[in-house]
Amino acid sequence: MRRVSRGASNERKSPVTDSPAPLGKDLTGLRSLKASQIAQILDTATPFKEVSARRIKKVPVLRGTTIVNLFFEPSTRTRLSFDFAEKRLSADTVHVAPSDSSVTKGETLVDTARNLEAMQIDMVVLRHWSAGAAAFLAERIPSNVINAGDGAHEHPTQALLDLLTLRDHFGAVEGLKVCILGDILHSRVARSNIYGLTKMGAEVAVCGPRTLLPAGIEDLGARVFQRVEEVVEWADALNVLRLQLERMRGGFVPSLREYNRVFGVTRERLAHATKPLLILHPGPMNRGVEIDSDVADGPHSVILRQVTNGIAVRMAVLYLLAGGAPSAAESEAAGA
Amino acid sequence: MSARFWIRGGRVVDPASGVDAHVDLLVENGRIAAVGEGPAGKEERALDASGLIVAPGFVDPHVHLCEPGGEHRETIASGARAAAAGGYTAVCAMPGTDPVVDDPAAVGFAVAAGRRAVGARVFPAAALSVGRRGEQLTEFGEVVAAGAVALAEGRAVRSTLLMRRALEYAQSFGVPVLGHCEDPWLAEGGVMHEGVVSTRLGLRGKPAAAEEAGVARDVALARATGGRLHVQRASTAVACGLLRRAKDGGVRVTAEATPHHLLLDHEALEGYGTEYKVDPPLRPAADAEALRQGLAQGVIDCIATDHSPRHYDEKEQAFDDAPFGVVGLETAFAVLHTELVLGGALDLPTLIERMSPGPAKVLELPGGALSPGRPADIALLDPARRWTVDPGAFLSKSRNTPFAGFDAVGRVVRTLVAGNTVWSLED
Repeated sequence: MRRVSRGASNERKSPVTDSPAPLGKDLTGLRSLKASQIAQILDTATPFKEVSARRIKKVPVLRGTTIVNLFFEPSTRTRLSFDFAEKRLSADTVHVAPSDSSVTKGETLVDTARNLEAMQIDMVVLRHWSAGAAAFLAERIPSNVINAGDGAHEHPTQALLDLLTLRDHFGAVEGLKVCILGDILHSRVARSNIYGLTKMGAEVAVCGPRTLLPAGIEDLGARVFQRVEEVVEWADALNVLRLQLERMRGGFVPSLREYNRVFGVTRERLAHATKPLLILHPGPMNRGVEIDSDVADGPHSVILRQVTNGIAVRMAVLYLLAGGAPSAAESEAAGA
Repeated sequence: MSARFWIRGGRVVDPASGVDAHVDLLVENGRIAAVGEGPAGKEERALDASGLIVAPGFVDPHVHLCEPGGEHRETIASGARAAAAGGYTAVCAMPGTDPVVDDPAAVGFAVAAGRRAVGARVFPAAALSVGRRGEQLTEFGEVVAAGAVALAEGRAVRSTLLMRRALEYAQSFGVPVLGHCEDPWLAEGGVMHEGVVSTRLGLRGKPAAAEEAGVARDVALARATGGRLHVQRASTAVACGLLRRAKDGGVRVTAEATPHHLLLDHEALEGYGTEYKVDPPLRPAADAEALRQGLAQGVIDCIATDHSPRHYDEKEQAFDDAPFGVVGLETAFAVLHTELVLGGALDLPTLIERMSPGPAKVLELPGGALSPGRPADIALLDPARRWTVDPGAFLSKSRNTPFAGFDAVGRVVRTLVAGNTVWSLED
């Protein structure tokens, strides 16, 4: 199958400004983005936040654009968030879920790609269990591809919404000390956050049982803490990851009870902080495992603001990949 | 070519006899009849080898020819032809076909298909356990009598006790046990080397410790039993160290390394290219360097391609879903000559030793030498020839090479088996 050249795709022109699209054709991860591009997405998201606050939550920015949300893995939050973002930009959307997908009939990703290409769609939002799947698809179809999570590789829009939430709260990401806590080994959220945060000038740490920290994580720019107690003294914000229950069966942790006791984010632990720590969680939460309810629901939790920001960030990504100019986002969002 | 002819004007490099000189070879009735100066005059039939290296044909101790069961990837006939195009005159075909080569009839099929093929000689290995299930030994006596030259499971033998029994029992029949030395629990589910690149890519890694533990176990068993162990596709520096110590201690162990493990490292996987998905995985550059040193010093006895044909659409998948394996028969000499010999890591006679007498000795196969009386299994090599690897031109039915587009210096130009030209670049 013909591969789409990445170089050429970057020359796609914006209909508004006739300048190169700021993000290129696809968003497969944050590792390949420059800090200026990440900042541009966050800046563009800000005016789009207001759209969701209106009574009529719709602007005609992507009218006539066809988007396929191709979810090979189950997802509620990310799928809904993309769906709202697309609809609020007036795009036409189709969902493909694992149960009705032809992958269950043995179709390969490349055949899926060919079929999508033949249907002449404009954008694909892909969630897939295999790392590299988004880049694989992006190289094979001319449509824009947005990675909504590929295996344990990246989940760029999640990290972008985390960045936006941090920036909203602290005013800037630069200089912040952020610790990602929990199952780093299997986490695409952790990887995207490490890339995004370090590029934006934050200090990043990870903490979790050694069984759930991948080899060479320090080389990605994250320092490693063995114990939550040390993290609490160091960090400005904690991004608490979900502990998949199957990790216990995999032998990574002996029991959820012990996990909570040693690595759980509890009010008692946070009491040792010299300043209030901002609490983020990409969801869905296991209350009483990686995070206690009184922390998740507490005054320093921004977990629901993350969800709200998720829609704005995804609107911004869709807008920019469609060729929208960052400078025009404000007037587009205003519906002008 | 007639039953009696000279190969004249070439540089004969025969590591087995230590000959490295411009001499002529007389071939008669499929065997080497004389090495020396040919008669003057033109009355004798002759093959002009001026400007070429005359080497003993290469021997590959580890290829997958996919027949029966995978004929869309390769057949014994196409594999033998591809081997000849790479200068190979003998290959050892692994038993992991469908059905598995685990009984005398299946061995006999491979032997017969190999005889019909035009190209390299094909010597089958038989599975170590019935169905490669790791439970019950195959009938070593029967499969060896039918023509199997080695026993190979093609995967880690999980039971240490079964591996012990195999190393013991194989001694009655004088064949080696070819080991995929790996701890199956540590390696389970891994699709690449566990390290910083797998962490970046979010792919599940196989730690180097899986191979180290596997080699350590099987070397211990070889030491304990006195059995003959051949370590297939060594890939780590620590494994090289274990092999060196074992050999120094008199353990009957040999080892092979592949061109891809010698020349590539795990950074190659950065773009999720499935053409780099191999088992064991490509390791860090320091491991490749240790392998090259091991090869130069003889800790690694031989080159094996682990030629593993895959249909194009099998590799055209997301990385996790794509199968392991690369083809290697048609590129091995060229890439190794370019990178190792011209790169200064190895001299040409040593490369030829590791590709011909080295593996021939491991499997006790004919060939591997150009002395009188030996089979006239010969590769003619043009060490200066420049070419670019084009998978589209492969004789193999598969194209899954990590060396597509490689600018090579040095090429096999003719291959003879029993004195007959089975492949020639000019044809």
